[in-house]
Amino acid sequence: MSDGADGASGGVRDRQPKLSLRGVRKRFGSTTVLDGIDLDVGLGDVITLIGASGSGKSTLLRCINLLEPIDDGVLLLDGVDIAEPGIDADPIRRRIGMVFQSFNLFPHMSVVDNVAIGPRKVLGTPKASARNNATALLDRLGLAERADAYPDQLSGGQQQRVAIARSLAMNPEVMLLDEITSALDPELVGEVLDVVRDLKADGMTMLFATHEMAFAREISDRVCFLHRGTILESGPPDHIFGSPSEPRTREFLQRVIDAGRL
Amino acid sequence: MSSEPTTRRAAYDRAQRRRAVGIATVSTVVVVVALVVVVPRTPGWGKVRQAFFDGDVFVDSFPRLLDAFLLDVRILVVSTPLILLVSLLVALARSVRSPALFPLKAFAVVYTDVFRGVPVILLMFLIGFGVPGLGIFSRTWSNPVIWGTVALVLSYSAYVAEIIRGGIDGVHESQRAGARSLGMTSHQTMRTVVLPLAFRNIVPPMMNSFVSLQKDVALVSVIGPVEILRQAGIDKAKFANFTPYVAASLIFLAITIPCTRLADHLLTRERRRTGATVIT
Repeated sequence: MSDGADGASGGVRDRQPKLSLRGVRKRFGSTTVLDGIDLDVGLGDVITLIGASGSGKSTLLRCINLLEPIDDGVLLLDGVDIAEPGIDADPIRRRIGMVFQSFNLFPHMSVVDNVAIGPRKVLGTPKASARNNATALLDRLGLAERADAYPDQLSGGQQQRVAIARSLAMNPEVMLLDEITSALDPELVGEVLDVVRDLKADGMTMLFATHEMAFAREISDRVCFLHRGTILESGPPDHIFGSPSEPRTREFLQRVIDAGRL
Repeated sequence: MSSEPTTRRAAYDRAQRRRAVGIATVSTVVVVVALVVVVPRTPGWGKVRQAFFDGDVFVDSFPRLLDAFLLDVRILVVSTPLILLVSLLVALARSVRSPALFPLKAFAVVYTDVFRGVPVILLMFLIGFGVPGLGIFSRTWSNPVIWGTVALVLSYSAYVAEIIRGGIDGVHESQRAGARSLGMTSHQTMRTVVLPLAFRNIVPPMMNSFVSLQKDVALVSVIGPVEILRQAGIDKAKFANFTPYVAASLIFLAITIPCTRLADHLLTRERRRTGATVIT
């Protein structure tokens, strides 16, 4: 736990990281949103991204899922640059799951169809077996009896769990969780975080942007503090939350504490 | 439902409802009585009734009008699916991003600009008289009904294409992101997510266009075919009386009103089924 203060805190690994970012830059017009991000995510690592709104957490996740093209840098998935200009993004996205703050479920499909549609359309799984898998997955997430409901008939917590199931149905190698509890009522946050705990127990590699600091401290292998598009500080949760080296990290955490969120 | 013990609020609400129903009933009765009693006593009423509501003329012309209306229905039945098809293709052509397909996109833009900007009746003359006049088609294909239908399809497809495009643009980006994040191609995303959601949102404006189309079919009369409007004109001349036009109007209403109600009903039911908010 006396690990250094910077990004190398994951320790020296002889394996190549599952996901590796080098010098990732992203601009929207004249605003620089990501300003040279370097990050290594090992297989089975849970890495949380914390930082103020607008620090670049969501954009970073969207860039990794190739929903936003990056302007500079490389994104290596198993050592292959997936941000290579002209690369076909669709086969890569199916290997990377993403869960969004606002769920983004398909309102015209029942819950089970929401979960089954990815495998059916993208992997060509036959309808019956895709639905069977979806039902099993929903059962695991405690949503079996809502399988035939429509997203708008569910609570926010249930919708977000369906969104996680939809993503898991594709058997992703990495999961990107973009503030998945930020749109939920406080009493519904727990049920979604429980799912994330289970995913960690299953060894899922995850990148998790969140404002839930207590949970970040509990679940992370490493915490990255983003500030103005850079990873200002990263390290084990006890270091970041216990004795952060950067004054800006301390200020940020102080504001979170003042707001009663930690 | 009303067997539960009444709270003060429930009692108040019920009293309010009873009051509202009472007021509506009274005012309706007053208006109806006024219309029935007062209108026939107005000085010009005799002439109005003679010119527009002649029972004998009505009975005489009604079967002929109904018969002629079958042609309108036929044109409607043929043109509606064609319009849906053409407009969907045009709308999709406008949303293509591939540079190779740019000419298609440009064509779609020009098409909607031109055919939305030209009055239907003008197109009717231009295509309905112009194309058969070329003399390059066989007799069957020189039928003005066909070219009138083509004019309708061209004009309406331009409008409906814009409605569909609006619907496509109106689907929130997050829905697309949800689909793309699963690895769906842009084509799959369009077909399984964007278009179904777009169609749900554009049912009301589409129904509006459909009702307009039902009426605009009558414009085919300007290039010759004896459909209901033309038949009404013939009967009007024969009896020197406007009742056939009134009868024709009633026939149109008998189709258009149920159509709009049905569309509203289907839409509400769909929203209820999927749990979307219904604001009545």
